[in-house]
Amino acid sequence: MLSELKDRLKAESCEEYLCRLFEKIEKSSLNAFTTLAKESALKDARLFDKNPGQGLLAGVPIAIKGSISTKGIETNCSSRILRGYIPPYDAHVIERLKAEGAIIVGKTNMDEFAMGTSTETSCFGPTKNPWDRACVPGGSSGGSAAVVAGGEAPCSLGSDTGGSVRCPASFCGIVGLKPTYGLVSRYGLVAYANSLEQIGPLTHTVEDTALLMEAISGHDERDSTSAEGERHCYLPGLEDGVAGLKIGIPKEYFGEGVNRDVEKAVWEAIATLESLGASWQEISLPHTRYALAAYYVIAMSEASSNLARFDGLRYGSRQGDDKDWHTTFSEIRAKGFGPEVKRRIMLGTYALSAGYYGRYYLKALQVRTLIKEDFLCAFKDVDLIASPTMPIPAFKIGERINDPLSLYMADVFTVPINLAGVPAISVPCGFAGHLPVGLQLIGPHFGEATVLRTAQAFEAATPFHEAQPEVI
Amino acid sequence: MDDVIIGLEIHVQLNRLQSKMFCGCSTAYHDSLPNSHTCPVCLGLPGSLPVINKRAVEYGIKVGLALNCKIEEETLFYRKNYYYPDLPKGFQISQYDYPLATKGHIMILGDDGAERNIRINRAHMEEDPGRLVHAGTIDKAKYTMVDYNRCGMPLLEVVTEPDLCSPKEARVFLDKLKSILDYLDVFDGTQEGSMRIDANISLKGGDRSEVKNITGFKGVEKALSYEITRQKNLQRRNIKVVQETRHFDELRNITVSIRSKVGAHDYRYFPECDLAVLRIAPWVPAIRATLPELPDIKRERFVKQYSLADDHAKSLTSEIKLANFYEAVAARAAPRLAAVWIADVLKGELNYRDLSIESFQEEHMAEIVQMLEQSKISEDGAVQIIRELLDKKGGTPGEIVLALGLCRAEDDAVQKAVREAVAESAAAVADYKAGSERALNFVVGLVMKKTRGKADAGEVHKLVKAEVEKA
Repeated sequence: MLSELKDRLKAESCEEYLCRLFEKIEKSSLNAFTTLAKESALKDARLFDKNPGQGLLAGVPIAIKGSISTKGIETNCSSRILRGYIPPYDAHVIERLKAEGAIIVGKTNMDEFAMGTSTETSCFGPTKNPWDRACVPGGSSGGSAAVVAGGEAPCSLGSDTGGSVRCPASFCGIVGLKPTYGLVSRYGLVAYANSLEQIGPLTHTVEDTALLMEAISGHDERDSTSAEGERHCYLPGLEDGVAGLKIGIPKEYFGEGVNRDVEKAVWEAIATLESLGASWQEISLPHTRYALAAYYVIAMSEASSNLARFDGLRYGSRQGDDKDWHTTFSEIRAKGFGPEVKRRIMLGTYALSAGYYGRYYLKALQVRTLIKEDFLCAFKDVDLIASPTMPIPAFKIGERINDPLSLYMADVFTVPINLAGVPAISVPCGFAGHLPVGLQLIGPHFGEATVLRTAQAFEAATPFHEAQPEVI
Repeated sequence: MDDVIIGLEIHVQLNRLQSKMFCGCSTAYHDSLPNSHTCPVCLGLPGSLPVINKRAVEYGIKVGLALNCKIEEETLFYRKNYYYPDLPKGFQISQYDYPLATKGHIMILGDDGAERNIRINRAHMEEDPGRLVHAGTIDKAKYTMVDYNRCGMPLLEVVTEPDLCSPKEARVFLDKLKSILDYLDVFDGTQEGSMRIDANISLKGGDRSEVKNITGFKGVEKALSYEITRQKNLQRRNIKVVQETRHFDELRNITVSIRSKVGAHDYRYFPECDLAVLRIAPWVPAIRATLPELPDIKRERFVKQYSLADDHAKSLTSEIKLANFYEAVAARAAPRLAAVWIADVLKGELNYRDLSIESFQEEHMAEIVQMLEQSKISEDGAVQIIRELLDKKGGTPGEIVLALGLCRAEDDAVQKAVREAVAESAAAVADYKAGSERALNFVVGLVMKKTRGKADAGEVHKLVKAEVEKA
C-alpha cells in the first residue's frame, strides 16, 4: 500500500493528495482524530512536491496517537487535564519519521492515558469502528486504527501497553505490531505503564508495518531501556515464506471465553499457514491465568506514579482561581481525570502502599517472571506462537463501559505478551459476522523478522487485508 | 555529655559535575535566570525519560570509598512518590534497597578528646528538587514561585548511625565530612544550599525528633542545642517527647513542629523501571585508584615527614588546597616554621578577611618564612608583610621589606643598643633586681627606640635580661 502510494506521489501532487485526505477527515463521523496538523502537513507536502527527498517514508502522511509527543502539536492523551498542552519537543519516533520524510497529519483519539480497550474513556467521546459505527474500534489506540481502516490516513502509530495496538488492529481489520520491549525508543511516549509499553505501527499491510519498523526502531540513548545495536532491516527476507516453520498453539488461548467465530477464523488461519509449509503443535503457557491480575497490578502501580506529574502547574488545564497548593492540585486532578484513570491511580496507589507492596506489586513481578519463562521455554520448541488477538470481535459502544472487569478480561491474550516483553502482530484473518477478526503471531525477543515473514506469507495467501469497510 | 543521641542525614550536591543527574542540563545555574537551566527531562514533561549520569555515580562511589563504605555489587534507583510543587514528576528518583554504598565509618575527635568512630549507615544518590521562592515569609506569602534550575542536580545523601553524642560532635563530624568531600573534588561548599542537613536527635529513653533542611554547620549546632533544651524541659515536666519532624527557624534560633509521625508520608518506593540496574562492582578498582591521600593519612604523614605538632598538621590538612600550599612552601623553606606561620598566622589573617588560601601566593609565603629563618625580618615585620600582601595585593615580600623599612637591624647593632640602654637605665635595672619584672620593659623600649623598631621585641627582651643579669 505505502509503496503504491509512494509511486502515486511521483506522478500526483502530494499537496492535492493531502487536501483530499483532510477533506475526508473533516467530513468524517468516526471521531478518530482529536487534533489536525493541517497547516504544517500542507507545508510539508509543498516542500515534498518541490523536492521529494530520499526518505523511506518521503511524502507519506501518518497519524499519531495522542500520547506521543509532537513538537508544536497538542498532545493531550485524550485527557481533560492535558488539554492545551503543546510539547516543546518531538518523541524519538517522530524525529525518525520526520527524518524519513513522513508527514504528520494529526493526533488520534485514544482511551484516556491509554487506559482502556475501547477508546470510550476519551474526554472527546468514543471513536467509532469503521466496520460498524455502533461498535468500538478497540483500544486504547482506537483512533489510530480507525483512521487507517477508515481511509483517513494510510498508516499510523499507536502504543501498546497491554494490547493497545493489537486490539484495535484486530477490531478494525488491519495490521498492528507490538515490538519487543526496548526495540523502539519510548522517549516522548507519555507513560502509562513504562515497563510494559512500546510504540508500534498500524497499517493496511504487513509490508507497510515492516517499512515503518525500519523507520522507527533502533537504539536511542535517551531511553535507557532501548536495546543496543544497529538498526534493523525488515524488508529483506519478508518474502522468505514459512516452509519448515514450527508454530506453537497455546492451549490456554483457546476454548472457554473465546467467541466461536473468532476461534474458527483463527484455526482456519493456522490451517492456511500449514498449507504454506509450516507445522504446528499444541503447547502450554501454564501461567497464563495469572497474567491479567499481574498485568493490572503492575500497570496500575506504575500509572499511579507516572500520572503524578499532572498537577496543572506547568502545563495542561488550570482554572486560575488558585487556592493553597494542596487544594489547587487536588481540584485540578479531580476535574482533569476521568473515572477510569482515577480508578487505576487509586488501585495502583493502594498496591504500592507500605504493607501491601510485597503482597501485590512484588508478587505481580514474580508472576511476570514466570510468564516470561513460559515464553522462553515455549520458544525452545517452536519458532512462533499463534493465537486469537482478542477473544471477541468488536463490541457495541457502551456495552461494557460500566463493567470494567469484563473490559479487563478482553485483554487476556494480549497482556501476557507485554509482561514477557516479546513481539506480537495482529493480522486480519477473517470475520465474525460483519466484524473483523485478528490472528496474533507472537515471536521470541527480537524475533520481529520471523513474525513479519509469517504474517506476510499469511497475508499473501489470504484476501482479508483487502477487505474495506463501506464508506458512509 | 549526658545521654544525647544524634544521627545525621547530609545531602551533598555533587556540584563539581558538569551536568545534572538524569539529563544534560548544566549544573552552573547559580546567577542564572530562573528556569533557564531546564529541559523536558528535568522539567518532567510528559514522555521524557531519565538517563543516568555515569560520572555522578562514579563520584558517589568515590565518596563511598572515602567513607570506608562497602560498595554494592549492583545498585538501582527507586521512585519516591510525593506531591510538592518543587517536584515536577510527582516523584523523586532516589535509592532505597541496594544503595551505592553501605556500612562505612569515619574517625572524629570526640568531646572527651579521644578519637571516635562514627559509623555511616549508607550513602545513596538522588536528584535535587527545584526551589520554592515565597513572596514574603513562608506562612504569609500570597503566592510562591518555583525555580526548576536546581531540579535534577545530583545529590548524595550520607546517613550516619546515631553515634554522635553532642551538637559539638555533630559539628566536628560535618567539618570532617566536608574536608573529605573537599579532598575528593566532588563538591564546592561555597555555593548556596550545596549541603543541607537533617538531624535526628533524642535523649536516652525518649522518642526522637527530626530537624529538617538545616543549612550551615552552625545552624546544625544551634538547632541541636535548642532541641536538647526543649526535650529536657519536656522530660522535666514529665511530658512525653513525640516523634515528629521539626523545622529550624534560623532567625529565631528555635525549632518548630511541622508534622507529627502520625500523618507521616508513605512514599510508595518502587523501582524506577526507566533506568537499568547498574552493576557497579567492576567500576570500583579504577575509582579506588583515583582516590587522593585523605586528610587523616596526610595529617599523619605531615607529623612524621615535617616533624609537625599534631594541631598544626590537623589545621593544615583540613582543606586540600591549604595542604598543597603548605607542602609547596615547606619544599622551599623551613617546614616547621612554615607550618606555624601558615596554620597560626596566615590562616587567621585569611579568615578575618573571609579569603581562601588562593588569595596568597606560595612563593610569597616561602620568601617570608625564609626571611624569618634567616632573621632578616622580625615576627612583627612578617605579620605586617602578610597583611600588606592581602590588603594591597601588590609587590613581593622583598619589595615590601624595602618599602616599609622592615629589614631587621644587624645583630651587632642590637647588641650595642642593648648595652647602651642598660647602661643608661640604672634605676630600672635596680627596680628589676628588686623584683619588678616589668621594669625591664622600659629598657626594651629604649632598645627598640635606638634600633628604630627593626629589632625583634621578644629577642630584645631576652638580650636585655641576659645583659642585666651579667651586670
